[in-house]
Amino acid sequence: MKYLRKNDLIMLAFSLVLFAVLQVLISERILSAFWQLNVLIVGINIIMAVSLNLINGYTGQFSLGHAGFMAVGAYTAVICTANFHLPFIVALLAGAAAAGFIGFLIGLPTLRLQGDYLAIATLGLGEIVRIVIMNIDYVGGAAGFKGIPHNTNFAWVFFIMLFALFFIKNFVNSNHGRACLAIRENEIAAEAMGVNTTKYKVMAFTIGAAFAGIAGGLFAHCFYIINPMSFTFMQSFNYLIMVVLGGLGSITGSIAGAFVVTFISAALASWPEFRMIIYALALIALMMKRPQGLFGYMEITNASIFDKIFRRGRV
Amino acid sequence: MDFTHQLVQQLINGISLGSIYALIALGYTMIYGIIKLINFAHGDVYMVGAYIGFFAITQAGLGVVPALLISMVTTGILGMVIEKLAYKPLRHAPRISVLITAIGVSFFLEYTSMYFVTPTPRTFPAVLDNVAFNVGPFVVNGQQLMIFAVTILLMVILTYIVQRTKTGKAMRAASYDTETAQLMGIDSDRVISFTFGIGSALAAAAGVLVGIYYNSIDPLMGIMPGVKAFVAAVLGGIGILPGAVVGGLILGVVEALVAGFVSSTFRDAAAFAILILVLLFKPTGIFGKNTREKV
Amino acid sequence: MKFGKKSLKLMSAVVGALMVGGLLAGCGAGGDNDKEIKVGANFELTGNQANYGTAARDGLKLAIKECNDAGGIDGKKITLVEADSKSEPSEAVNAATKLISDDGVKVMVGPAVTANVMAESQVATDNKVPIIAPCATSPDVTVENGKAKPFVFRSCFIDPQQGEVMAQFASKELKAKTAVLYLDSSSDYSKSLGKVFKEKFEAAGGKVVMEEAFLAKDQDFKAALTKIKTANADVVFIPAYYEEVGKIVKQARELGIQSKLLGTDGWDDPKVVDIAGADALNNTFFSTHYFEKDEEVQGFIKAYKEEYGKDPNVFAALGYDAGKMMIDAIKRAGGTDPEKLVKALEETKDLQVGTGKITMDAATHNPIKSAVILEMQNGVKALKAKIQPEG
Repeated sequence: MKYLRKNDLIMLAFSLVLFAVLQVLISERILSAFWQLNVLIVGINIIMAVSLNLINGYTGQFSLGHAGFMAVGAYTAVICTANFHLPFIVALLAGAAAAGFIGFLIGLPTLRLQGDYLAIATLGLGEIVRIVIMNIDYVGGAAGFKGIPHNTNFAWVFFIMLFALFFIKNFVNSNHGRACLAIRENEIAAEAMGVNTTKYKVMAFTIGAAFAGIAGGLFAHCFYIINPMSFTFMQSFNYLIMVVLGGLGSITGSIAGAFVVTFISAALASWPEFRMIIYALALIALMMKRPQGLFGYMEITNASIFDKIFRRGRV
Repeated sequence: MDFTHQLVQQLINGISLGSIYALIALGYTMIYGIIKLINFAHGDVYMVGAYIGFFAITQAGLGVVPALLISMVTTGILGMVIEKLAYKPLRHAPRISVLITAIGVSFFLEYTSMYFVTPTPRTFPAVLDNVAFNVGPFVVNGQQLMIFAVTILLMVILTYIVQRTKTGKAMRAASYDTETAQLMGIDSDRVISFTFGIGSALAAAAGVLVGIYYNSIDPLMGIMPGVKAFVAAVLGGIGILPGAVVGGLILGVVEALVAGFVSSTFRDAAAFAILILVLLFKPTGIFGKNTREKV
Repeated sequence: MKFGKKSLKLMSAVVGALMVGGLLAGCGAGGDNDKEIKVGANFELTGNQANYGTAARDGLKLAIKECNDAGGIDGKKITLVEADSKSEPSEAVNAATKLISDDGVKVMVGPAVTANVMAESQVATDNKVPIIAPCATSPDVTVENGKAKPFVFRSCFIDPQQGEVMAQFASKELKAKTAVLYLDSSSDYSKSLGKVFKEKFEAAGGKVVMEEAFLAKDQDFKAALTKIKTANADVVFIPAYYEEVGKIVKQARELGIQSKLLGTDGWDDPKVVDIAGADALNNTFFSTHYFEKDEEVQGFIKAYKEEYGKDPNVFAALGYDAGKMMIDAIKRAGGTDPEKLVKALEETKDLQVGTGKITMDAATHNPIKSAVILEMQNGVKALKAKIQPEG
């Protein structure tokens, strides 16, 4: 336990250094506005990928509705800031709570389903959420919600992302997390061993949805306008791609996946006609080379870096 | 028109829409049945089929039937090539990786097509007479009847192939247990490849017929029908041929009734809602068998 | 847990390549120099709205090519930098940010669809980069809280004008008493036109008896059309884009709907005839920006055909207009200084563009432009009325 905590501290210190470096790059305008925006998007995508990984990778529940939870969080948060002028943090928490609640509601009945049946059901639920939002005139309907304050900045994204990473990491390493892993490995065996599978599945689903809600709030306050079109099932696919590309069941992997997908897209922005073709080919090639994802189940921890640097020969 | 009249007309609309979903779902369900892959690229194969048919008619000046056959054969080959290049190397990989590859293939087909044929929609020349039959106050047209007939015909033929022929037996064996089938002397790879060929040819047939029916094709036309066909296949019990047809028809009718009596904007939501409701009571679809997993 | 050597290598290779790519892209920055003027085109090049975005972009490209062939502006060539808004508002912001910060453009044209322009306009305002929206017709695009957004312009007429024209036409010319609205509920454009039409039509003594909706990219409209048929109205107003319109008209006639169908500028594409068929289109009327047989648009149509080998649609024409307007303003401003450029755009007067003459209204940043109403007769457009703007 003590060892873990020390490691956490080292990671935290490292993160703070990273934050300082990036913050300087941003405030000194060394990074152009476009890349600054993409740094924000990476952060938001990391939150999305990690939270989806908790559901898909650690608990083994195939969910394709993550963009729906993001939409709930985004719309709840913008109602709080734009219509009720509440502080940003309250809006984000409200978004998280709303998305978590919807996740809980949806989770209870649908988690009886398995595998591909669950996948299509969650895809459908994500679409239902989007269509319902599209039909609510109070939030602008299909035209989208306009006049959102531009509250999201690098510090917000970075620290919320950090919190999400530590929270999910600690959750996975807790008793609850081990129950989730047991469900992933074999649901029936887990049940036989006394794991309350429904409880843990719903728990993972709710936590994942809540973080997607926060990410939605951050996303919405980045772009002045949000539109139901931003939360289609294609967007859910995108997050799934990040998770699988990085490695199901690896937090490091989700970070890498979010990073790679966002930056491939941004770096190819100057060649719009080829962007999606190259992206598609890269995706197929990466899956071919590393079907288990870039990281598989592996994590970069302090110990592994230590190994790398000081015990090269023995790795 | 009073309520009953409108109801009947909406049922006609629904069955006609549903038979399109069913036609696409047949290929989906066959491919799923054999390698348990949600082939997200299926809708895009359907799009490619529509374009091949379009060019066969407009550029080569062929009639509908030869164009349809050419499209089915070419697209069938395309399906086999996709399987060989993109899915076969991942046969022993986690299923979710294959799914991501399928999404990749889907993007690739969509945007390569968009690059070559531009995003502007194309229209089929008037190649098939579209006679409207007025039965009392109701309207049915020839193309709707044709699509419905083709769907039922293909379902019967496919069921025959799968249930009665030797290839079908091999398909069922490979579907049940690929490796054991291999040990029994079945060339599983070939069977899988064959299934992809048939599934893709079916998608091409659907593409050409639907292209003619709606008279407009574009590179992203496959996305929504692809998802709807998948919903139809799951609704009926994925992997089961008559299930795909029944699922498609139910979906079409639900959509037409919701659009006609509630609101068009909730149509898709209703389609998904009916899927979820059915799954809650029958977690493996209408015709699906509930197999209890053992440890 | 150990971290595999191979994955680290692969990872660092991918990330390294991307970073280098990003830096290279970043190095392209740095606005005007002696030889060229950089302008941005932010359009829907991929995704659902790509057919509209690419058409408008093609029109814009033609305008720029003509200018460069004629020697450019004061000897400087115009270079067009394209970015993709991916048919999504948040991505439109991303693309606009890239054009401004990485490519250093000083003026932008696009996107085609209203929602994307709305998202982009805030970036333009924050960075003081003027934008010209070629075909976003919603009033909110250029005006906010009753005041013109300082850096946002458009080169087409607005919805209230168009909606009113059609409502007047329906009640006065067609003597319609009842109307059905069939709107694309996923589009701002369609909804706002529907609102204006309803208001003006009812003010003129008509009645809207039913409102139905569909979603862009729908294929099958028969369910809602069956319902519309029961209303048996004099006219059905369908303000939408041509792809859906073609299918709607075709399916409406198949179901035996005989009402007159009315539409707006989104209809104006040769594809409508291909999709719906000439017969189905009889008894349909729509408002648009120009009539193809008009004297003053012949130059543009000819040039477009030579360049692309096909007839322009309305998006291409409006993209061309936006390009013309931008080039003219840069000329008069003597460069791309934002303040001067805004002033020059505001002072645009009697400028001959592809679809006619435009004069900018400095108070709203909307051009004053004429509109036409066309009737489809056996697949051929016929001029029904030409409406000169007030003032």
